[in-house]
Amino acid sequence: MIEIENLHVAVAGKKILDGLTLKVEDGQVAAIMGPNGSGKSTLSYVVAGRADYEVLDGSIRLDGVDILEKSPAERAAMGLFLVFQYPLEIPGVATMTFLKAALNAQRKARGEAELPTIEFMKQVRAAAAKLNISQDMLKRPVNVGFSGGEKKRMEILQMALLEPRFSILDEMDSGLDIDALKTCAEGVNALRGDGRSFLVITHYQRLLNFIPPDVVHVMSRGKIVKSGGPELALALEASGYAEYAEGAAA
Amino acid sequence: MAAVQQTVDTVKTLDVDAYKYGFTTEIESEKAPKGLNEEIVRFISARKKEPEWLTQWRLDAFKRWRTMEEPRWARVDYPKIDYQDLYYYSAPKGTEGPRTLADVDPELLRTYEKLGIPLSEQEILAGVQERRVAVDAVFDSVSVVTTFKEELGKAGVIFCPISEAVQSHPELVRKYLGSVVPVTDNYFATLNSAVFSDGSFVYVPPGVRCPMELSTYFRINEQNTGQFERTLIIADAGSYVSYLEGCTAPKRDENQLHAAVVELVALDDAEIKYSTVQNWYPGDSEGRGGIYNFVTKRGDCRGARSKISWTQVETGSAITWKYPSCILRGESSRGEFYSIAISNGRQQVDSGTKMLHLGKNTSSRIISKGISAGRSQNTYRGQVFAHRKAENARNFTNCDSLLIGDQCGAHTVPYIEAKNSSALFEHEATTSKISDDQLFYCMQRGLEPEEATALIVNGFVRDVLQQLPMEFAVEAQKLIAISLEGSVG
Repeated sequence: MIEIENLHVAVAGKKILDGLTLKVEDGQVAAIMGPNGSGKSTLSYVVAGRADYEVLDGSIRLDGVDILEKSPAERAAMGLFLVFQYPLEIPGVATMTFLKAALNAQRKARGEAELPTIEFMKQVRAAAAKLNISQDMLKRPVNVGFSGGEKKRMEILQMALLEPRFSILDEMDSGLDIDALKTCAEGVNALRGDGRSFLVITHYQRLLNFIPPDVVHVMSRGKIVKSGGPELALALEASGYAEYAEGAAA
Repeated sequence: MAAVQQTVDTVKTLDVDAYKYGFTTEIESEKAPKGLNEEIVRFISARKKEPEWLTQWRLDAFKRWRTMEEPRWARVDYPKIDYQDLYYYSAPKGTEGPRTLADVDPELLRTYEKLGIPLSEQEILAGVQERRVAVDAVFDSVSVVTTFKEELGKAGVIFCPISEAVQSHPELVRKYLGSVVPVTDNYFATLNSAVFSDGSFVYVPPGVRCPMELSTYFRINEQNTGQFERTLIIADAGSYVSYLEGCTAPKRDENQLHAAVVELVALDDAEIKYSTVQNWYPGDSEGRGGIYNFVTKRGDCRGARSKISWTQVETGSAITWKYPSCILRGESSRGEFYSIAISNGRQQVDSGTKMLHLGKNTSSRIISKGISAGRSQNTYRGQVFAHRKAENARNFTNCDSLLIGDQCGAHTVPYIEAKNSSALFEHEATTSKISDDQLFYCMQRGLEPEEATALIVNGFVRDVLQQLPMEFAVEAQKLIAISLEGSVG
């Protein structure tokens, strides 16, 4: 469960989040929708612990533990995962090597033993097959030369392997064609249950057709302005953000 | 950017990095008096019981040296060296004459053990040590032991200290010494010719593939002592040898001079693979102490279809001035240069290569990866030249620089000159920075900043690491991680 309370955040002196309060229960899929500039991406970065964001007030608790003082790696080991809108390239580092380094770093941080290589390979192959990721792709350097769709599938592969308690999907649908979107959504849906929760950030209702949310929040000017069930997303699709976006920062 | 700010802060507080080999060995040594003059040159020559021609060779070099000026064209900055304030010869006591492991001072054996260098043949043969590598261990000015000499001897391979080769194989030494790097070559090479003390000698007879890796480990121990080793490797027709050198030194507050000369000769169809893992003491975070590594390394592809390949991992030294080069004289000969040069703290690196295409159908390849962190300066300087008779000369150069933090510098200075219109030279270069986004991406997946940096850097240098002999590639990878400790917040 993640609980964000009265979060105020500034970037380079400019206030972006303005008293945001949000709770995602265990096992819940929550969607956040909102216009450009409402602070959605900032929210995902602050939760994941990126530097350059100044938290002025408020708290973020993951399963009851305040994570604001924790490093990004510590948060990751606690089960926090961010699907990047624009996954980064790491030239020269084979994807397999990267996956293994990440998994073992998290296990080590949790005081668990390293996963034996054979077991690791088995898990990666199984997860990759479900996402139509070839063995060849796993040998290539992380995200280098991957298409937009390949990059996103690789994000979901990492998520499947790391089995996070709480995942943030930052505009996962951007740059995806409909088939890739379906594949990724299936990957996410397969992980639902077992108390895992998700925060799905998007502009469009379309993504929510594939990943049906339990609750929908509307974000504007750095805070949640309305919450409701899945029907709220449909209403937004019809009417747009005009009633929320008034006076919003660009 | 916050992460970069952290880097800068960390670098400011960086304590004498993580140099693991900075200990000193307490051992009695015999030194020549401080300073340099004809007497000292004669002293060194006499100590080695050298023949008259070699004494004269040294004296000619010394005369020449006195007329020369220290080169100033490299992008490095250091106070004037007082050449009269150095010791030019220092030897652990009791290291004269032919040596076997049993004769070696246990204190010296412990030193090499601490450095992780296997000297005990029994242990290696018994499988305690997994790699089978013949080692020549050079301590200050002398070689203290050479392992596996007998076994190599069976294959006809000569591997011994050069001082011993002068006695046992004078004809080979006389024929090849100074034939690649002439006595008059440059200030530091000429100085080395006058005062060189020890180093390794390798001769691989025609058609022989050397049965094991050969390596030399250089250790500077004494204070105020310069190390001037001389390495000469000759691969006769159709032979092959792979050779690795490693270097370490204790932490000391004053700078120490290391001016080595390495000469390689490859005859028809011969191949020499020469790898270096250079980890001299780099000095502390304020730039106090550290080795001045002023080295001349050159290979002569004298024979047709011969090949010389240089691979270097340079992480140590306060200042590096080093350009392992190939003279591509033989028809269809090939030269290669693979380099990883890492600088951190206040280190200064000016390194690269020269590929001199003289023969027809010669080819060369240069892959250089420079990584600068802290407040270091890292320069690639390279020359690719085709003589007017070098029909169809080919070169490919790829030169990449990676910056960590915002207080370091990367510089690329390629000189390209083709005097034959059929020459085809390609040059690629990139400069990049480890971005905060890349670091954050890795950290979000669970990697701590230093692990993330090491991972990204290892990816950056992968092409070159692959060139190292397998067992050393792992070591080099660890060394890279250690060298970069403290470079990120």
